[in-house]
Amino acid sequence: MNALAAGHHPGFLSPTGVEITFVLVGLATLGAAVLTVSTRQLVHAALWLVVALGGLAVEYLLLTAEFIAWVQVLIYVGSVVVLLLFGLMLTKAPIGRSPDADSGNRPVALGVAVAAAATLVWVVVDAFRTTWIDLHGVVQGSSRATGVSLFRHWVLPFEALSVLLLAALVGAIVLSRREEK
Amino acid sequence: MHLAYPAVLASLLFCVGVYGVLARRNAILVLMSVELMLNAVNLNLVAFDVWLRDTLHAGQALTLFTITIAAAEIGLGLAIVLLVYRNRGSSDIDRLTGLAEPRPGSSGGPLVPGAAADEDTADENATPHGTTDTKATEKANEKAEASA
Repeated sequence: MNALAAGHHPGFLSPTGVEITFVLVGLATLGAAVLTVSTRQLVHAALWLVVALGGLAVEYLLLTAEFIAWVQVLIYVGSVVVLLLFGLMLTKAPIGRSPDADSGNRPVALGVAVAAAATLVWVVVDAFRTTWIDLHGVVQGSSRATGVSLFRHWVLPFEALSVLLLAALVGAIVLSRREEK
Repeated sequence: MHLAYPAVLASLLFCVGVYGVLARRNAILVLMSVELMLNAVNLNLVAFDVWLRDTLHAGQALTLFTITIAAAEIGLGLAIVLLVYRNRGSSDIDRLTGLAEPRPGSSGGPLVPGAAADEDTADENATPHGTTDTKATEKANEKAEASA
């Protein structure tokens, strides 16, 4: 990476195919995310969330993190969105347009979000203007590499996480159980 | 690939999530926005892991852990939202003002919408559990009003 940074820079004006694909998929992802937080139909918000999360999975694939991409598809698109849809239907969310989907502090939220976006983008672009990711060579996120690092260096957090999942499972059951008198 | 592309996309997604958390009224839509923010962080982790060519693959391992924690969080969050909906008849977060301090100008204070929602719940849920819960909430509301 240092050699690449010290050597010739691939310029902004000659983007590679991966970069063009990344930007296009990123625009689609961002648009779907904006629609998720701004649509007035609650079920459509969950469906736009599918598009956003699927777009992120494609971005992971472009960054050569294959295993993460498929985990993303499996867990987020497969289960989290289904859970959210179940939640929407169990709370009797209105199917059509609901005019009160946004609360009263929407202008403040817009201001905070735009200010945070401007600050973050400025800082990030300023910091990483001259850094390039080298996507050639060994694939960084193949399931072999991820599995080896996960079970060689990250075993203890992995096990702790399984305990946390068990605790969450028990907690969800306790919360949603109806007490019998 | 230029590192700024994933970093900028991640920060923009995070800010979209921030807007959703602040502006949405339905609790489940707020949870969706939280998912967007978590995903922005994941994208950052993966991008920097690939950039640094980390031998431990710390970024990808942490991404997997974040995804797991997000799944646990969404399960628990939905359980809590369903519980709130069962007890209150609404999952709008700006109507859940049972713990708010009563305003000096208004008559009943912020407890009134909660009490109204409780009556709705009693109508909708004919189960014994729902009614007992509703009675308990109403009792608590009366106590709070008496003390106020």
